[in-house]
Amino acid sequence: MECVFGLVGKDFTLVVADTSAVHSILVHKSNEDKIMLLDSHKLMGASGEAGDRVQFTEYIQKNVALYQFRNGISLTTAAAANFTRGELATALRKNPYSVNILLAGYDKETGPSLYYIDYIASVHKVDKAAFGYGSYFSLAMMDRHYRGDMTVEEAVDLADKCIMEIRSRLVVAPPNFVIKIVDKDGAREYAWRESVKDVPVPAA
Amino acid sequence: MSIFEYNGSALVAMVGKNCFAIASDRRLGVQLQTIATDFQKIYQIHGKLFIGLAGLATDAQTLYQRLVFRHKLYQLREERDMKPETFASLVSAVLYEKRFGPYFCQPVIAGLGDEDKPFICTMDSIGAKELAKDFVVAGTASESLYGACEAMFKPDMEPEDLFETISQALLSSVDRDCLSGWGGHVYVVTPTEVTERILKGRMD
Repeated sequence: MECVFGLVGKDFTLVVADTSAVHSILVHKSNEDKIMLLDSHKLMGASGEAGDRVQFTEYIQKNVALYQFRNGISLTTAAAANFTRGELATALRKNPYSVNILLAGYDKETGPSLYYIDYIASVHKVDKAAFGYGSYFSLAMMDRHYRGDMTVEEAVDLADKCIMEIRSRLVVAPPNFVIKIVDKDGAREYAWRESVKDVPVPAA
Repeated sequence: MSIFEYNGSALVAMVGKNCFAIASDRRLGVQLQTIATDFQKIYQIHGKLFIGLAGLATDAQTLYQRLVFRHKLYQLREERDMKPETFASLVSAVLYEKRFGPYFCQPVIAGLGDEDKPFICTMDSIGAKELAKDFVVAGTASESLYGACEAMFKPDMEPEDLFETISQALLSSVDRDCLSGWGGHVYVVTPTEVTERILKGRMD
C-alpha cells in the first residue's frame, strides 16, 4: 500500500513517496510526509510500520546530526547508508524494525547516489529503486524509460508516469504523493501530486 | 519460501593447474522481484584469498564485515596474510558461534595456500566444512551447478580453460534457476595475477 520510489539523475537524486497514513481500512491523513531530510544534502524515504518508520528515521537523523556536531563535517551518503544498515542489522535479531528505506544523497566528490536498504538490512547502491506494492508498477515504468543522465524535468516526468500507473492500476492506490529532490544546492521538497486535498482543520 | 532462497544466489569455485577460479551470479532479488543486477557476492580478503557468500544478503554483508575485521586484526598481530586453510577454520568458527541463531549464508572459500597450492572449500550455514579437490558450489542454483561442474570439470586446467569451464557451468546452471542469474562475475587467480571478468548471459 505504501509506495516509495527513487531514481538518480544527471546531478541530482529524486525520491517520491505516497502521503497516506493508513491503519487497516481507515486513512488517518493524506498529507503525511514520509521523506525525511537527514541533513542538508540527504533524503531518507521510508516505508513500513508507522511507529518504526518515524522512530527509526528520526533516530538516524539525530545520529547523523550528532556526527556533524562531533566531527565538524557531514557524513557522506555511503557512510550514512552503512550506518543505517548497521543499526538495522544490530536490531534484526533482537528487536527488528520493519522499515524499508531509500536513502538519497548528493556528495561534492561523488555526485548523486541512491541506496536501497531493506528492512532486513541488505544495502545496495542503485540507480532506481522502489518499495511496496507500487514497486511492481513504478519499477517497470522506470525500467522502460530511465536513462543514466536525465534532467530534472525528464525525471519528474518519469515520476509522474509512475504515479499515473500506480493510481490507475493499484487497487488501493494512495491518492497523494510528494516529490523531493537532492542536488548540489541541497535537499528540498520539489512538488506534491494531490488528487484528494485534506481539509485543513482550524486551530481550537 | 526458505530464508536461504529470499535473495537468490549462485556460487562456484574450481581448482585448476596452480590456479583457481571463483564465480558468482549478479542478481539481488527479494523473492520474485529483482532489485539489482550488479550485486557483489565475491569478496577479496587478501591478494590470494577470496570468499563468496551465498544466501541471505543481509547476513552475507554482516558476515563479510565481521570476517574482514577478524582478518585485519590477524594481519596486524601476525604481520602476514591468513592462509586459506586457516581462514576456512575461522569462518567455520564464526558460523558455529551462532549455532542456535545462525547466519543464513553458505560461504565458498577459494585461495592459494603454501607454495601457491590452490585451496577451495564450502560450508553450510553452521560451519560444517566441505573440502574438495575439484569444485565446490553454493546457492539456490547449487543442484544444477553440481551437475554442470561434474560434467564439465577436468583436472589441471590452465587459467584460460578454467575460465571457460567455470563460466559455462555457471551460466548454464543459473539459466535453470529463476532466483539467480543476470550475468556472472568470474575471478581467475594465479600466483602472479587476478583477472576479473563480467559475463553476459541470459538477462532474465
